[in-house]
Amino acid sequence: MDQGFFLLFATVSVVTALTVVLARNPVHSALALMACFLQISAIFVLLEAPFLAVIQIFVYVGAIMVLFLFVIMMIDVREAVLQRFLPGGNLPALVLVGLLGVEMLVLVLSSDRFSVAEPVTTRGGDEIRQLSTTLFANYLLPFEAASVILLAALVGAIVLARKESG
Amino acid sequence: MVPLWWYILLGVVLFVIGAAGVLLRRNILVVLMSLELLLNSVNINFIAFGRTYGDFRGQIFAIFVIAITAAEVAVALGILVALVRNKSTLKVDDVTMMKG
Repeated sequence: MDQGFFLLFATVSVVTALTVVLARNPVHSALALMACFLQISAIFVLLEAPFLAVIQIFVYVGAIMVLFLFVIMMIDVREAVLQRFLPGGNLPALVLVGLLGVEMLVLVLSSDRFSVAEPVTTRGGDEIRQLSTTLFANYLLPFEAASVILLAALVGAIVLARKESG
Repeated sequence: MVPLWWYILLGVVLFVIGAAGVLLRRNILVVLMSLELLLNSVNINFIAFGRTYGDFRGQIFAIFVIAITAAEVAVALGILVALVRNKSTLKVDDVTMMKG
């Protein structure tokens, strides 16, 4: 049952990820990426991380992809549609990506470290409460640093996107 | 029960697809979207290992990765809008202003 759902979500996410890379029109890429994020959030549910699944949908699908679509709407992408996918000279990069993929696949498949079928420990209920306690008690400093980084990014984005004369 | 290496394999496949998008595509928008894909595949690995070893730190790292990604996308799209306003191009190869 779990495995069937995992195979379904994994297949759809890989197909949509390929669509992101292969589609000529950036709008199609953005919509395929949205579908891919939804599949990944379903995989987070399978991994017993419902909080992360909701965060994934809120932040990625709700905020980041809408930002992408707004930017695509603002700029002219008709020129980009006409580009060819592989304009030559990309063979070294293709070989590099292929080697990287084969290396990682061989490492994962040949190692017995990843063949754990069952979780080592089973957690009791009320996971989100434990997660938030850990986040706000032991990881308070990184949390505050992340909020400062978000504020700096907000100010930086406004300054960058502003017109020079304004 | 889904074995751990299935999740790792999914992360590997998504990472390779995202890396191919970053290295092979010449459109800045698609390069940025492929970066999102890379970060997401790493998140799958974090949460899968955290679940298997009964540790919350995987989920906490994933939360921080998502927060940093949001900041990165905001700054990157701001740079993109400024770039399109000044040079009106979307190709990575045409952006050589910072080249010495």
